[in-house]
Amino acid sequence: MFLIAWLMHLKMLSRSAFDGVLGVLWPLFFATIAFLMYGAGGDDATLLYAAVGASVMGIWSSVSTAASSAVQRERWAGTLELLVAAPVRLPVVLLPITTAMATVGLYSMVATLLWGRFLFGIDIRIEHPWLFALSVLATVLSIGMVGFLMSVTVVRYRSAWALGTAFEEPVWLVCGFLVPVAILPDWVEPLSWLLAPTWGVRAIREAALGGSPLPDVALCLGVGLAYAAIGFYFADRVLTSARRNATLSLS
Amino acid sequence: MTVIAVAGLQRSYRTRTGIRRRTSKTVEAVRGVDFSVERGELFGLLGPNGAGKTTIIKMLITLLLPTAGSARVLGYDVVEDPREVRKRVGYVFGGERGLYERLSARDNLRYFAELYGVPPREQGARIGELVELVGLTGRERERVEGYSRGMRQRLHIARGLLHRPDVLFLDEPSIGIDPVGARELRGTVAGLVEQGTTVLLTTHYMFEADELCDRIAVIASGRIVATGSPEELKSRVGEGSVVEVEIFGDAEPVRARAEALPGVRSAIAEDRGQAQVLVVRAEPGAEVAQAVLACLDGVSTGRVSTRSPTLEDAYVELVGGA
Repeated sequence: MFLIAWLMHLKMLSRSAFDGVLGVLWPLFFATIAFLMYGAGGDDATLLYAAVGASVMGIWSSVSTAASSAVQRERWAGTLELLVAAPVRLPVVLLPITTAMATVGLYSMVATLLWGRFLFGIDIRIEHPWLFALSVLATVLSIGMVGFLMSVTVVRYRSAWALGTAFEEPVWLVCGFLVPVAILPDWVEPLSWLLAPTWGVRAIREAALGGSPLPDVALCLGVGLAYAAIGFYFADRVLTSARRNATLSLS
Repeated sequence: MTVIAVAGLQRSYRTRTGIRRRTSKTVEAVRGVDFSVERGELFGLLGPNGAGKTTIIKMLITLLLPTAGSARVLGYDVVEDPREVRKRVGYVFGGERGLYERLSARDNLRYFAELYGVPPREQGARIGELVELVGLTGRERERVEGYSRGMRQRLHIARGLLHRPDVLFLDEPSIGIDPVGARELRGTVAGLVEQGTTVLLTTHYMFEADELCDRIAVIASGRIVATGSPEELKSRVGEGSVVEVEIFGDAEPVRARAEALPGVRSAIAEDRGQAQVLVVRAEPGAEVAQAVLACLDGVSTGRVSTRSPTLEDAYVELVGGA
């Protein structure tokens, strides 16, 4: 069920010309900003640090904005009611949607690295390729879970889809995608620990620069699983509330 | 065996208006409805816009929680056992929404087959069978965004039947479909009932309800105002005749005069194109045609006819009196 649903949503995402063009351009835009910020006087390691940050920005942006608006789009299209009327549990319906979006975000990782290599001449040398791949996968999955949690909220609250857009840019900062969290005010750091992308981007950087990413991978997956657990726990309650307040079909 | 049992069902909505001073208002959409549907029956809910038909269906398929009362489908309570209800019912609504535009019909059906638990090994054959049933063979690999309204509606039907539901809820399924498509749809629905599927249908089209339904509940302002077979409902407007007069200009004075005539049960004026049609229903045994014609002095008239009452007459009278 998960595989077919994921495939169908991936198919739909790949067939939207508008989303497709944006999806191709945004990561390159992020990458360009990052490389221009760090380009002057930055060594290869610093530029790789920036490249990883920019690529995770791409994954995060494709999920944060798309996952929450995806459920709203289902509502507008009249398919949300049909998904809810199906006998499977709501989380099982929503998870493939957000995971498909996170999968699309994978492109941003590849595009950013290639953009840096060929346009800015950065020496992209990944010290631990397998651990790097594992870290990327863990990050994509965990960000998918953030999207899942947001999409559960949108089932009940119609305007919650705007949350994704509202969170998009603050998370770039709080999770240390482009600048280290250490230079931000002290109260930001505990907040960053609660966000899976913080651990994801750390893990990817560790793997790329030759460190030990496994503790960060574990934390990234752990926080992602916590989001999934919260989403599963609240899904039925949220759905009951949506049925009580008649918010499934209104646009 | 009773498949759908509804008792005292109610549903209200709260609406809010204003930005600074928000005021909320409660709208009673369904106000204590009772009815039951037997296995293999085609039961119609007939009523004007906003009467509560769709709200009733949405409560029965577990998309809405009732405010009060109870409803059981195949013995399962729609509040307590929603998943058991969902496994056994199909839902089809009219209009163009409810499909994934960027997917083909086949992919739409494949996705919903997964959601409705059709075993993977059976999916291919079941989808092929349904595509043929609804006449989409040869077009099933095309994206839905290129489909006509009729094709979309047929795809909706196929989707609703994927998991072989025991009960099918059809919410105005023929809305916006051309007459040939609507006739084919009626044929498909009649075929399903012959095969033993219980169907609850809402519609605005009297001839559709008359042709298909075993029993009809007429609903107005959230209440059932009459239940019975189409023949029983027609008999409620009696054996009396109906006089129709086409009037050009203001029909209201004539309507008022006609309504006051002895032997007249009701007189209404309906807009039909550029003219208005005065519809006068007579009491059983009363002969009112001549008296009605005498009321027409000073107005420009067109066609005049006398006919037997139809289901539409029964509907107008029942809904008008609600």
